[in-house]
Amino acid sequence: MSPLPERSQRLLLLASVFTIATCGLIYELIAGTLASYLLGDSVTQFSTIIGTYLFAMGIGSWLSRYVERNLLGTFIQTELLIGLIGGFSAALLFVLFGHVTSFRLILYALVLVIGTLVGLEIPLLLRILEGRLVFKDLVSKVFTLDYIGALLASLLFPLVLVPHLGLVRSAFFFGILNTLVGLAALWMLRAQVPWAHGHRWIGAAILAALVGGFAGSARILAWSEGATYADPVIHARSSPYQRIIVTRSGNDLRLYLNGNLQFSERDEYRYHEALVHPGLGRVPKRERILVLGGGDGLALREILKYADVREITLVDLDAEITQLFSTQDLLVRLNGGALRSPKVKVVNQDAFVWLKAQTEPFDFIVADFPDPSNFSVGKLYTTAFYREVRRVLSPEGAITVQSTSPFVARRAFWCVVHTLEAAGFATEPYHAYVPSFGEWGYVLASPRPLPPVTQLPEGLRFLNADTLAALFRFPPDMGEVPTEINRLNNQALVRTFEEEWKEYVH
Amino acid sequence: MLAGCSRSPTRAIPGELVGATAARGHRLRKADFPAAEQTEQHEIVIAGGGISGLAAARQLARNGRNDFVLLELEDHAGGNSSHGRNAVSAYPWGAHYVSLPSSEATEVTELYEELGLIVGRDSVGRPIYDEFALVTDPAERLFLHGRWQEGLIPKIGATDADLAEFAAFGTRVAELKSARGRDGRRAFAIPVDRSSRDEQFTALDGLTMSAWVEQQGWKSAQLRWHIDYACRDDFGGGIEQVSAWAGLHYFASRDGVAANAESDALLTWPEGNGWLAERLRAPVERNIRTGLVAWNIAPATTGGVVVDAYDFTRSASRRFLAQAALVCVPRHVAQRITAPLRVLPPAPVEYGTWAVANLTLDRRLTGAGFAPAWDNVFYDSRSLGYVTATHQRIERENGPTVITWYEALCDGSTAAIRQQAFERSHADWCALILADLRRVHPEIDDLVRRIDVCVWGHGMVRPVPGSIWTEARLRRAEPIGAIHFAHSDLSGISIFEEAYTRGVLAAHAITAQLHPA
Repeated sequence: MSPLPERSQRLLLLASVFTIATCGLIYELIAGTLASYLLGDSVTQFSTIIGTYLFAMGIGSWLSRYVERNLLGTFIQTELLIGLIGGFSAALLFVLFGHVTSFRLILYALVLVIGTLVGLEIPLLLRILEGRLVFKDLVSKVFTLDYIGALLASLLFPLVLVPHLGLVRSAFFFGILNTLVGLAALWMLRAQVPWAHGHRWIGAAILAALVGGFAGSARILAWSEGATYADPVIHARSSPYQRIIVTRSGNDLRLYLNGNLQFSERDEYRYHEALVHPGLGRVPKRERILVLGGGDGLALREILKYADVREITLVDLDAEITQLFSTQDLLVRLNGGALRSPKVKVVNQDAFVWLKAQTEPFDFIVADFPDPSNFSVGKLYTTAFYREVRRVLSPEGAITVQSTSPFVARRAFWCVVHTLEAAGFATEPYHAYVPSFGEWGYVLASPRPLPPVTQLPEGLRFLNADTLAALFRFPPDMGEVPTEINRLNNQALVRTFEEEWKEYVH
Repeated sequence: MLAGCSRSPTRAIPGELVGATAARGHRLRKADFPAAEQTEQHEIVIAGGGISGLAAARQLARNGRNDFVLLELEDHAGGNSSHGRNAVSAYPWGAHYVSLPSSEATEVTELYEELGLIVGRDSVGRPIYDEFALVTDPAERLFLHGRWQEGLIPKIGATDADLAEFAAFGTRVAELKSARGRDGRRAFAIPVDRSSRDEQFTALDGLTMSAWVEQQGWKSAQLRWHIDYACRDDFGGGIEQVSAWAGLHYFASRDGVAANAESDALLTWPEGNGWLAERLRAPVERNIRTGLVAWNIAPATTGGVVVDAYDFTRSASRRFLAQAALVCVPRHVAQRITAPLRVLPPAPVEYGTWAVANLTLDRRLTGAGFAPAWDNVFYDSRSLGYVTATHQRIERENGPTVITWYEALCDGSTAAIRQQAFERSHADWCALILADLRRVHPEIDDLVRRIDVCVWGHGMVRPVPGSIWTEARLRRAEPIGAIHFAHSDLSGISIFEEAYTRGVLAAHAITAQLHPA
């Protein structure tokens, strides 16, 4: 094959200016969007990302003067590098987020590198085309194409790329374009490029990696979770037991464990007032209290509203959770510093194992476990578990159990009620409306029937005498249904729960 | 067979071949023991500390007969119900579970009440079992076509015809479970000897389980697999080897009920039936002499019995003079050590060879499809899969675990299999076991920390056709003067309930013989 005629070479190089311009702006937009997506505060994120990017382009342009020999080779290498780094940028940021402590450092380093490389492109191209066009035509053509490419990118990004391809795939797509520009230049100018063969192989390998990334981007995303949450993630960490995510938008803090919403700041008081007061307000004595689960300290906050409470033991498996909720400012503000209260003792141990070893009775117990969505959590809702509870509950005491939604999982809810009854408790099922959860269910259970009067503490936002009475009335669509008893050897609850929620979600 | 080994690690996996006392047992063949130097006297001598021996010992003590010794060849009593323990968990070296006692198993039911496994009765008298001892759900899963499914009835890819045959089999089993013979007894009972002697049922002992399935006109490969698996798992022999009576006994004998479990529920512990063995052993601990093998049991000329035993730690023999002896060893051993039996031709009793391995892993094995279960079985394997020792733990599991892998070596001649099994090195076994696990759990090589292997040469009696309903078997259980016999061999099937009941009944018989009321 003979090299292309001069005119075609020129056209191809100009076409690559256009492509390069589009790609360059796209990487910038992706980084900016991703940063505001993951870190929140989009004005700051966009502003600093664009600033860094433009500054980096300046560095690139400045550096271009040090390229004296092998202009074409450097240009092709730059294209391939931009393709590789830019193409993988979004995937890399998504995956690394939450796995590294200094995410911002990586973000800005990446923006700096891509910006510098993009900054090299145009000066190099200008010099490559230098002898082939009159200078005024050259400058006019290159910059016209550059700005048109930028316009195209800015329109494509919000209208086509983000909604249809998504950030990760868009980045891979433009990485592929960058690499193709490099390979096209290599192909038509191969006679002038030293070591063309090696470049071709490297280019092909990068192309293959990018195409692979593009095809597998769904899996990459599933693997990362930045894209899963509607609101900006302000904390992400994995404990040995679960993935802990805290998001925040405006004045709404949310906690997710393994992707499941645990509370939303806007209405968690409804959930926690309903969890604690109907039971704790009824028992005659409330000196020694036990909270099982509830490492966010929000149930503690409600319990601490009673002056006669002397000591509270909180048993939560996950030290990461109790640590987080006793140190992070926003979260400590939310639970009123309850985990730091001198009345509170935190135990990070499996609740079942811990409970089996206890002998001193408690006056009131709150079981605030995750929903019974798997066999290991399901054990904490069995007759075997409730018999252990009964053993450490004073005869006048009571336990309240969070028991999933009686609307969505009606059989599961009543299964908890019947299981508590099978373990020898008198039960009073009730429910509350928590907007971010929907209708939510609880079971108040006690070895003996409780006195009828409830003493509510001051300052509640959800419960008063009227709303309290309403909690214990069930409309027909959540009314009692016959169920199995949940035991270690049948895990009837987990099976029912799974069926009902699957039906509801699909 | 080892084709999947391409990425097998070159590193040697720590662990050992345990149960090496096979050598002690083989010493009996040579019968070159020195004459006894010392003599001691006891009312009763028990030879063998498996379940039947331990059950008899415990029962003798409960009957007020405390002057007895139990001689055990190994360093620890327990037999097929022995167990091991490491930093991660206790684990069994043999049987992993017992089922709910069926209607005829009164002695076993009483035992479970005494041990607190039965914690009470409901209003209609059904036993309430200790929830922590019942196998925690999920109990069983099966790996086939690249996925795990719940239960051991193959469902993935089953055709309507397969399902229809499974349904027909289920109906037949349900009929047989409640069927009674002309003598009023259930067709299949535990203990075996409480089953009906009606010929319409006992005739099933004349054909193989495979022949019976063919007689029913069932052709489903999945159904055949299921039945074959059950035969290998329970009897150490395949569908072609095991008698139809025994095969059906497995499915139709267990009619136990519970207030808080299904009829097919199982009781298990991390150490398997080692838990039961320990509770039988503890009250008679002081009567047990380990490292001693009885090599001669003979009627004494002065009345009573003479028992010569070799002490492996002292390398000397010792003579026990007793008023009665109880032989609780497998039949082929009993024939070597019991004088009146030596003159008889060898009993045609067949034994299956078993390999049991305990693997210590960094975490539980998962896989696509259904969640990890207590018993995990592979459809395309001759192994029996594995049981997770830590499954009964109540805490959320994410730490290390021990799994017990089983294979009943039953393809080929018993002698050749046994020899081959004993010739394999620890590394051979590791390669073989990991190759089996790797097809289902490709991550196994990264997780395994240790593999201990036990080969049971004469693992359990195999109920081949004609072995159960013969006069010869019933006669073997009868005492010869003051020499009594108790072992699950005598039932023709090797399960805890048979061994335990025989031990208890022998203890009663000896008590009655020595102290007529």
